Amino acid sequence: MGLLRMLKNDKGGQIFLGVLVATLIAVPILHALPTDHPLHLSTYMVTLLGKYLTYALLAVAVDLVWGYLGILSLGHAAFFALGGYAMGMYLMRQIGERGVYGDPVLPDFMVFLNWTELPWFWHGFDMFWFAILMAMCLPGLLALVFGWLAFRSRVTGVYLSIITQALTYALMLAFFRNEMGFGGNNGLTDFKDILGFSLQDDGVRVGLFIASGLMLGLGYLACRVIIQSRLGRVAVAIRDAEDRTRFIGYRVERVKLAIFTFSAMLAGIAGALYVPQVGIINPSEFQPLNSIEVVVWVAMGGRATLYGAVIGAIGVNYAKTWFTGAFPDAWLFALGALFVFVTLFLPRGIAGLFKHSLLRKRAKV
Amino acid sequence: MKSGLLQRDRVFDFMTPKKVEGLDLKHGTVLYMEDVSVTFEGFKAINQLNFYLNTGELRCVIGPNGAGKTTMMDIITGKTRPDTGSCWFGQKYNLLQMDEPEIAQIGIGRKFQKPTVFEQHTVFENLELAMAGPKTIWSTFVAKLNGEQRDQLDQILAMICLTEEHSRLAGLLSHGQKQWLEIGMLLMQNPLMLLVDEPAAGMTHQEMDRTVDLLTSLAGNHSIVVVEHDMEFVRALNSRVTVLHQGAVLMEGSMDAVQKDERVVEVYLGQ
Repeated sequence: MGLLRMLKNDKGGQIFLGVLVATLIAVPILHALPTDHPLHLSTYMVTLLGKYLTYALLAVAVDLVWGYLGILSLGHAAFFALGGYAMGMYLMRQIGERGVYGDPVLPDFMVFLNWTELPWFWHGFDMFWFAILMAMCLPGLLALVFGWLAFRSRVTGVYLSIITQALTYALMLAFFRNEMGFGGNNGLTDFKDILGFSLQDDGVRVGLFIASGLMLGLGYLACRVIIQSRLGRVAVAIRDAEDRTRFIGYRVERVKLAIFTFSAMLAGIAGALYVPQVGIINPSEFQPLNSIEVVVWVAMGGRATLYGAVIGAIGVNYAKTWFTGAFPDAWLFALGALFVFVTLFLPRGIAGLFKHSLLRKRAKV
Repeated sequence: MKSGLLQRDRVFDFMTPKKVEGLDLKHGTVLYMEDVSVTFEGFKAINQLNFYLNTGELRCVIGPNGAGKTTMMDIITGKTRPDTGSCWFGQKYNLLQMDEPEIAQIGIGRKFQKPTVFEQHTVFENLELAMAGPKTIWSTFVAKLNGEQRDQLDQILAMICLTEEHSRLAGLLSHGQKQWLEIGMLLMQNPLMLLVDEPAAGMTHQEMDRTVDLLTSLAGNHSIVVVEHDMEFVRALNSRVTVLHQGAVLMEGSMDAVQKDERVVEVYLGQ
């Protein structure tokens, strides 16, 4: 009931969830059509869409902290990649004897490095539930520690953004090292099964797509619940006037920490869904550039709307796929031009286009 | 002289010396500041300041720019830690060992010099956020307004003359209305003591008169410190006046006495 009432005031969210549900129903049907049917959706497209949905979830996580809390995180790809690594470790353990070296326990890269024993932190990742738990908890824990240190020192604004960049950069360097035990610069790949089903199987691809869509919907609703609560209003208050919030008695650091950690966990889930669909996770996912790109998606889609982040993530990534196919060299210029255009003419992003008319309607009431 | 680490706007609590000396337990005093000094990079913003406020008293603090008025409020509300001295709220709370949210929670409300409201929230939401009550993460997350709280909110809306504006975004209010909203937010906290920094700035004469009425009606139930530049406003409040100069109290007395005092005249006009 509460959920319905909440959505009543959220036109954009209603439309977004409606489109999402429709997509989740339509895509498997279109995929099931015979291959020569003009509307047939190839497995490649299904996986591509699934990948976009995980990006969209990541963008929602960034919008929660940036749009509503005012923390411009330029390191969210780190949480995404950590979640991805947790899932990658599970998928590696599932390979078992089918690896190139045929070792029943050790993944190939460990055999290659002449390791004889599984490192302690790889234990437990043969169980799916454990890997999923870790995909949420590891990014959450990192965000908790990082946030606790950063927020209690009252680091804000640009400085905070810079240290989030440093965080993801440091992780990238660490994961590049073979000694870390995560496959060095090759990362984790050559996955075979998930939960006993082959990853090459079409049905599994569709399943992963649907799972991504469901998580995106759930993630959206969870963020919406937070934002609609008084806690969400406190978050916006912190964004707009941090000192004022502190002087009326809120522990600003704790609010920031709680929401930042939650957002990191969402990003981790997105990463965990991303890896089985693209089939690889390596340290380049930690690249500072990736985190910045997420911020660009959110800015283009429209800050502080949540569904805007989804529009931005899917729109920009679709454009990217198209451009890198049609004009591979022009993509970065196109992205730059798009960003300049949106900043100049649509400061509230694409979502701002129709949110504006909604707000005007509300102001009249 | 302190080491470099301690010479900052804000140092970690465990690093500040905890010296509580000469605590006066005289009853009826809500705020004690004794021998407080703050230095910002060699500049003595507050210099051995002694300041006492009686329960229910309305007190105006005036002084030329840089006299330390705002710094004094920063110390009371926990934003700035003094180098030396003590600062007690009643006989129970050592303000120098508490941080801003704790100090707000025990009943000290502060209005900033520049009116600061949450511009993207409605007037109603601004007051709701400021409302007294538990402010932990979870209790905030599940918080719902009950009837009693709604009544309190409506009362305060009426008191600050913003009942009709209650669903407008605070950012759309006039300067004077923002000042009132901020005062209203202080009242929602059910504070024992109000620190009001330049409430009359940017107000029309009518608004100023109403602010005077509001503040004088609040005195008695609340202890109030008003920092103000506008002498007409201070005179209208008709309260005891403390004159700060170079971080210390120059004199205290009625507005008439203050205006006749030679030292005060010299401080204001001599430079």
